[in-house]
Amino acid sequence: MTEDVLTACEWIMVCDAKDIPENGGACVKVEDEQIAIFNFARRNEWYATQNLCPHKQQMVLSRGMIGSSGDSCEPKVACPFHKNTFSLQTGKCLSNDEYEIKVYPVKVENGKVFVSLE
Amino acid sequence: MTENYTKNIVIVGNGMVGYKFCEKLLAKNEKFNLIVFGEEPRVAYDRVHLSEFFSGKSADDLSMADVNWYIDNNITLHLGDPIKEINRETQTIYSFKGLVQSYDYLVLATGSAPFVPTIPGIDKKGVFVYRTIEDLEAMTSYAEFAQKGVVMGGGLLGLEAAKALIDLGLKETHVVEFAPRLMPRQIDQNGSKLLQHKLKEIGLQVHLNVNTSKILGEEQITGLQFADDTTMSFDMLVISAGIRPRDELARQSGLELGPRGGIVVNECMQTSDEKIFAIGECALFDGMIYGLVAPGYEMAEIVASYLCNIDKKFKGYDMSTKLKLIGVDVASFGDPFICEPDCKTISFEDSNKGVYKRINMTHDGKHLLGGVLVGDAEAYNMLLQTVNNKIVLPPNPEDLILGARGGAASEGAGVMSLPDDALICSCEAVTKGAICSAVMDQDITTIEGMKKCTKAGTGCGGCVPMVKDLINGTLKENGKYVKNVICEHFNFSRQELLDLIKINNIKSYDEVLDTFGKGDGCEVCKPAVASILASLWNDLILKQATIQDSNDRFLANIQKGGTYSVVPRIAGGEITPDKLIVIGEVAKEFGLYTKITGGQRIDLFGAHLNDLPLIWEKLTAAGFESGHAYGKSLRTVKSCVGSTWCRFGLHDSVSFAIEIENRYKGLRSPHKLKGGVSGCIRECAEAQSKDFGIIATEKGWNLYVCGNGGSKPQHAQLLAADIDSETCIKYLDRFLMFYIKTADPLTRTATWLNKMEGGMSYLKNVVVNDSLAIGEELEAEMDTLIKNYKCEWLEVVENDEMKKKFNHFVNAPEEKDPSVSFQPMRDQIMATQW
Repeated sequence: MTEDVLTACEWIMVCDAKDIPENGGACVKVEDEQIAIFNFARRNEWYATQNLCPHKQQMVLSRGMIGSSGDSCEPKVACPFHKNTFSLQTGKCLSNDEYEIKVYPVKVENGKVFVSLE
Repeated sequence: MTENYTKNIVIVGNGMVGYKFCEKLLAKNEKFNLIVFGEEPRVAYDRVHLSEFFSGKSADDLSMADVNWYIDNNITLHLGDPIKEINRETQTIYSFKGLVQSYDYLVLATGSAPFVPTIPGIDKKGVFVYRTIEDLEAMTSYAEFAQKGVVMGGGLLGLEAAKALIDLGLKETHVVEFAPRLMPRQIDQNGSKLLQHKLKEIGLQVHLNVNTSKILGEEQITGLQFADDTTMSFDMLVISAGIRPRDELARQSGLELGPRGGIVVNECMQTSDEKIFAIGECALFDGMIYGLVAPGYEMAEIVASYLCNIDKKFKGYDMSTKLKLIGVDVASFGDPFICEPDCKTISFEDSNKGVYKRINMTHDGKHLLGGVLVGDAEAYNMLLQTVNNKIVLPPNPEDLILGARGGAASEGAGVMSLPDDALICSCEAVTKGAICSAVMDQDITTIEGMKKCTKAGTGCGGCVPMVKDLINGTLKENGKYVKNVICEHFNFSRQELLDLIKINNIKSYDEVLDTFGKGDGCEVCKPAVASILASLWNDLILKQATIQDSNDRFLANIQKGGTYSVVPRIAGGEITPDKLIVIGEVAKEFGLYTKITGGQRIDLFGAHLNDLPLIWEKLTAAGFESGHAYGKSLRTVKSCVGSTWCRFGLHDSVSFAIEIENRYKGLRSPHKLKGGVSGCIRECAEAQSKDFGIIATEKGWNLYVCGNGGSKPQHAQLLAADIDSETCIKYLDRFLMFYIKTADPLTRTATWLNKMEGGMSYLKNVVVNDSLAIGEELEAEMDTLIKNYKCEWLEVVENDEMKKKFNHFVNAPEEKDPSVSFQPMRDQIMATQW
């Protein structure tokens, strides 16, 4: 089932994998949207979220530091402005229940990064 | 009278109280015709801060309002026109210039004049009083040719006047006082002794029990002769022997006066004529003249209320005062002079630090009656509250002036001693009580948890260290063991981790995490380790860009809207016209908002991420280097102009500030570092509010450390006195390196010292006496850091790969962030507000 959903996604190639710094993020433009891509090299994982921090509506999440939280090592990103932290897996805000961000499927093939906005 | 008739209120006197009366009456929104007559040629000005005229304030700075204020509020203002007669029968007044004005109510706010004793020779040239701006102007021009000045009168105003003479640059300033002590109305004999000692340190010579009998000289003053026939030579004299109420107009109109002057008023401030009021220093209430501005304002309020049919009575006024006199705190409250056997007294004197405190209590020791504070008046507000609210004293009332004693204060004790309703997070209005109860009742033990539970620290984040101290303090009070660790990923304190990294010679964050930590790190430990690595090796921080906080990652300060601000280094605040032009050109080209910072440099706001390397190409080409405004590192060393230009300067503070700023530029530390160098005791560089402050003395420099502005201001403390430049730098090397190696993350030097066991005396021992025998090691480590310094921005602009990291979109490098927007403001731009 999951396979089917994933294959049904429309994958958009957004940048080269080497454009995204290791254990950090950078921003890409997909149509009119700003998407933050994170290269969690330490865990060999990639994540994509909206670039907008919902706290003060700032386009900055891609510039935030990433890390993990708790014994389950939930991957997270911290907004550079006020250090609100968001799960990279679920988009839930870990420091304030009122906020949530969108997360997107992302994959790397042949050194290229693809995201799906659906 | 018809219903539409508007009453004429005539105010005689346009001083502070007269002005305040107009303001208060207008605020009550009733319709009156206000007509003001002032004797002085100026609109009302702030006489309380008159001495600031000498430290550079202009008459305009001191004025309470400008002429337009009177016009806008339909007040008729006659300046330079005193009233010469009141006809109470016809309710009319006659002015000096010939104006005739009728009144419904007349308010006399004629103030006071300096009391000038009748001493032979009092009319000689060079004898001044201290009351008006004109007096000050006359003093200023005369002082140019004077060497030795004297003030007659050692009261509050007299000492202000003495300060003025010092500021005017007289070589010698003396005070002669008839009474056996200074400030006889405010402080007691012991307080006076201490104050006198402190004043002597800054060059003021005080002579008590002195009765002046004659002013010597032909046309102009050459000296004073005293009752015991001794003489002293002086070039100028300022008389400040008290005030005399200006009651001559009232006297001539037949209003009731006190036996020693002053217009008698009742509790509505009415004189013996119910249509005429008197307020301020000309009014005599219950046998007393109130020579302070606050009761004068209260009197203005009483009359304004009366005229608007609001019932308010004057009930006397608490004459408690706290002021900073020539840099010395002086306060008196309640009844400062009541003595045994009428009360019990506790006093404390520390002539080493120059502190004197006295409190007077009831016999049963339950209530505070009053007291005196000299040298340290921090407890004033609390003590005054205790008197006024009749708060029952604690069993050891001496704690009120000595602080709780018994062993060194425990870590974070400062925060824990705050009252429960103290506001810790002002963004989200979270009190200490709320934070502590979250710890106790909901088992919150982390910052993250606290943010979620109480929202404390989610706004600007400035309170996070204090919240952390409160969590730890509360846990400790409840008997729980608290290990001071960096975060969940490292079970070490910063100091422990620094030692481990150093011994194992580790250079990268990943290796540190693999060797000593767990998990994948976070936004707390990454910058903390980055700071440790930079403090140990001073390698280019962009080699590990993603462990840096946003500001360090992009070498600029992120601001509202996601743009950055750029601050080039301007060491000591000194800059050439050519460099100023370059900054102006860059700002124009990239559309930046410019502002002078508190650290004497120029901040350029509103730079797109993409533009940062382009901006710095221009700045580095002109010789600018990074100012590290973005880093937890040395910011600026502020300086006053010093002996190269200033007539008071003892040493060249600018050159020394530049030398020090360039020595420590780029130095990464647990938190930001600020310094200051002042060329004399006037301390124009405000060095005592910095992490390290240097003040010139006759013999060398005084080095102060661990001061702080910010949310909890704290004065720096003296580490070493009268040292030469070389020693000063040696101690600074040791001090800074010791701080870097032992402080917790994001802890300023002031907090670091507050938490240090043994406090300042311990720090002094380590730095000055080398009690740990690490002096040479600290100096060598500092030397390595200094040798490894490189301008980070110069490295970036010379490296194309690094420049690419500043693109907002990695897949559209030319395109800037389209969400950035600005609003116009005063011919510049500002960030669109969130």
